[in-house]
Amino acid sequence: MALSNGASELKAGPNAQAAAGAKLSALFAGTMGPLIGLVLLCLALSLTTDTFLTVRNILNVLDQVTVLGIMAIGMTLVILIGGIDLSVGSVLALAAMVMGFVAHPDHLNLGMPAGIVTALVVAGLCGLVSGLLVTVTKLPPFIATLAMMSVARGLANMITDGSQIIGFPDWFTSLSIIRHFGFLSVTVGLMIVLAIIFAIFLNYRATGRSLYAIGGSAEVARLSGIPVKSLTNWVYAICGVLAGLAGIVLAARLDSVQPSSGFGYELDTIAAVVIGGASLSGGVGSIGGTAIGVLIIGVLRNGLNLLGVSPFIQQVVIGVVIALAVATDTWRRRAQ
Amino acid sequence: MSLDPSHTQTSHLGLFVSGLCKSYGPVQVLADASFEVRPGEVVALLGENGAGKSTVSNIIAGSTKPDAGSITWRGKPYSPASPAAAIDAGVGMIHQELKLLPDLSVAENVYVGRLPMRGGRIDRAAMNARASAQLKRLGLDVSPERKVRTLRIAAQQQVEIAKALTLNAELLIFDEPTAALGSEETELLFKQIRKLKAEGMSFIYISHRLDEVAEIADRVVVMRDGRIVARHERADVPVRAIVEQMVGRSVERMFPPLSEPGSETLLEVENLSSPERSFQNVSFSVRTGEILGIAGLIGAGRTELVRAIAGADPISSGSVRVAGKPVHLTGPAAAIKAGVVLVPEDRKAQGVVLDQTIGENLAIGNFDHVAPNGWVFPKAVQKFAEAGIGRLGVKGRPNQAISKLSGGNQQKVIIAKWISRPPKVFILDEPTRGIDVGARAAIYDVIAELARSGMAVVVVSSDLEEVLGLSHRVLVLSRGRQRGILDRSEASNVAVMELATS
Repeated sequence: MALSNGASELKAGPNAQAAAGAKLSALFAGTMGPLIGLVLLCLALSLTTDTFLTVRNILNVLDQVTVLGIMAIGMTLVILIGGIDLSVGSVLALAAMVMGFVAHPDHLNLGMPAGIVTALVVAGLCGLVSGLLVTVTKLPPFIATLAMMSVARGLANMITDGSQIIGFPDWFTSLSIIRHFGFLSVTVGLMIVLAIIFAIFLNYRATGRSLYAIGGSAEVARLSGIPVKSLTNWVYAICGVLAGLAGIVLAARLDSVQPSSGFGYELDTIAAVVIGGASLSGGVGSIGGTAIGVLIIGVLRNGLNLLGVSPFIQQVVIGVVIALAVATDTWRRRAQ
Repeated sequence: MSLDPSHTQTSHLGLFVSGLCKSYGPVQVLADASFEVRPGEVVALLGENGAGKSTVSNIIAGSTKPDAGSITWRGKPYSPASPAAAIDAGVGMIHQELKLLPDLSVAENVYVGRLPMRGGRIDRAAMNARASAQLKRLGLDVSPERKVRTLRIAAQQQVEIAKALTLNAELLIFDEPTAALGSEETELLFKQIRKLKAEGMSFIYISHRLDEVAEIADRVVVMRDGRIVARHERADVPVRAIVEQMVGRSVERMFPPLSEPGSETLLEVENLSSPERSFQNVSFSVRTGEILGIAGLIGAGRTELVRAIAGADPISSGSVRVAGKPVHLTGPAAAIKAGVVLVPEDRKAQGVVLDQTIGENLAIGNFDHVAPNGWVFPKAVQKFAEAGIGRLGVKGRPNQAISKLSGGNQQKVIIAKWISRPPKVFILDEPTRGIDVGARAAIYDVIAELARSGMAVVVVSSDLEEVLGLSHRVLVLSRGRQRGILDRSEASNVAVMELATS
């Protein structure tokens, strides 16, 4: 055997084809099942209601999933590295309250830009603290972010002693209302752009690929020279920032902020990521899958509303869908 | 004697296995396997991975059902429907990966599933006393109330044996019992096996370490490709002969010829010590093209030492220089940058990301090559992977899951990952652990080739023959201390073991 030369003789034809195939399958890796589910769901709703398959309703669904979608991007990163973030709902509320407190005329009145920036910084710091608790204090992510969930919720309440802040400038609320080019609100656009950026990041950036390695085996990644600790801190910080951004989007949609908002959102977010084919043990998942997971939850809620199903039954249905989605995924993997 | 076992069915009350067959789909993993185990005898079952040893033992231990064939045990037909049924019949198995509950006590582990009860509550006093008696029978001085997690692997294995004894096992199947044991612990295990043997117990002993088979076994059964290819009535068969039967061809040369090392010193380690004192004041140097073997018993600090040199664990004092330049060992990344790479001890936990492809595994740690400016393109990964695969002769394609590869091919992927940098110092920790005898030769060739291409190579191995056959010089550690560096000419089994046990 020769270690030196003769290495680069590559057969061009089949390899190029394989590479193209690999690219396509990478984009939809593990998302075929959820995608089929989404298509079937849309098909069923189109047949059973007159209103589902209208441009207006589809745009409504997109509007409704913006908050969930933005948070789910951050959660995808965290789950990819084998972590979990239970604090996103609370961080959303804290960021929204910080923005309201800094920007609103009844409080600090420093203007919207200052409010938004402060909110994002605070949210990022929350995430960073969670990350440090995991990497330095060696707390399990579940515990670290459970603690942050409580702390952030408490802080959100402390800012105004539990009361809400109402009324923001028109330009701010119109970010989620005015549909540019007839279909795209700024907030929906923001979600789409973020999804594309993070999809490219995860698929084509060395750092993004490193996250998959960390989730697959943190020790292998570390021994391969990947800075596991600092990337972990970054991932939690980014998840925090995105949760904060979701809080700002929610404020624009509601024209108000309240410390109780985002309660239970962490579970919806985790559900969307998992329905999208990510593995809670890390190393498997994609933004494409998460997008499908988010849409499945959004379409399901929307469709059940159109069908006049009570919100209580909706909860039952969504629970069943989560179990079904993950179960079929597990069966499929075992069959392979 | 060499009578066909099927004709001697009534001659004793041991185990007769005759004509066992097992297929999974179109793959026949066991074909017409027949052998016997007499009372009070140790039969070694040898063969490469996939030869059918585990299938046979799983059938005997009740966890797999055969497609055809029959077993007679203690004069009666025996076809256990489950491991529990096998245990009831007096057949136990000690798995390679111990099946203990780490957070329960020793006694609880021994009696799990059948805890002695009194008045609806667990009778702890009786349980501890009985467990204690069994441990004493094995010559083990461990409190029955101690948590299993706090015991060394060897002691945990003893707990499993004690458990089998309380189940009144008459036949024990050992699957690679010494894989994680040092030589003293192995000696203790052998002593116990001999004692139990004298009491009339029978053993089926599966191992890859052929030297110890000669020591403990009475007879040897060799398997290949699901068939029994040889039965030896004595255990002191030449190792070479057994290996040839295992791999089905003659093994002319296990170790490749070594090339002459160069004169330039590439790796200098000076007075290196670890914070946990797992090794202290170790100093050595390795030249270009030289292979330094590191030998020692389990727990001597070999793995800890090489991990520290590769930046994986912190050091408390000392220095490492590569090609004359001091290396700040702040982490694996710094070591890799300085040209020191490590093929770690535990392939599955530290070497490969099992749910990724070969290509992705090769790209990890090479993003500086594969992804200039940080952009990773599948085509570049593919090309990089194909180069690595071609260079080491890995049997696989870049987009194939690495979990589908054999151990030997996975190990080649890990080596290929680093080879293109190229590194200056290549450290391999237990490079052939869990790899088939036939595939080991290929790994040895690769290691010799690394040295020939001018790298300084460090090889850690528990397999003494491997260290001796591969190394220009052998450094011997014992209890964290460097006991000496032997030249190839003076390094013998005896010389190394003398230092290692000092």
